[in-house]
Amino acid sequence: MAMSATEIETLIRTAIPDAQVSVEDLAGDGDHYAAQIVSERFRGRSRIQQHQMVFEALGGRMGGVLHALALKTSVPE
Amino acid sequence: MSDVMTATSARIEREIAENPVMLYMKGTAMFPQCGFSARVVQILSHLGVKFGTANVLEDAALRDGIKQFSNWPTVPQLYVKGEFVGGCDIVTEMFQSGELEGLLAEKGIAHNAAA
Repeated sequence: MAMSATEIETLIRTAIPDAQVSVEDLAGDGDHYAAQIVSERFRGRSRIQQHQMVFEALGGRMGGVLHALALKTSVPE
Repeated sequence: MSDVMTATSARIEREIAENPVMLYMKGTAMFPQCGFSARVVQILSHLGVKFGTANVLEDAALRDGIKQFSNWPTVPQLYVKGEFVGGCDIVTEMFQSGELEGLLAEKGIAHNAAA
């Protein structure tokens, strides 16, 4: 039931079109990922709100199919 | 809301009110059963903070309830003075930037000074 890095990237880009997304498969097992997401839309929002935007983009998969996705969100410099 | 949900949400509210620093995690502080939970325990221990824990693996209602309570899909979840601070990634980032220590100081929670 794992997801591919490309699927994760696509879901995030669809919901947050300006996002620069990089997803790394940490263990090479399609199950442990780290994503870095940079978007202007994060500006003015708390880290909790930024992560919630990403969870929403992933449509309920976080904590389910996607059990290990480390997130790092930021605004463009 | 079902009775179970209401009871769980009341339990969480009581716990985060009674424990200035409260961690919902998988396993216990002594035996974390997930790497993300282990990391938050390690950070809090490093900072010398006294904290309460609840093991979501022992209680299915709590495991679902805590996710609904905070609108946050994953565990661990850290609460300071009743306020949701974040999960493992946010806590780690805040620790590395010194923000976590700042938050503890601001909330008047005893901890070790920066090394």
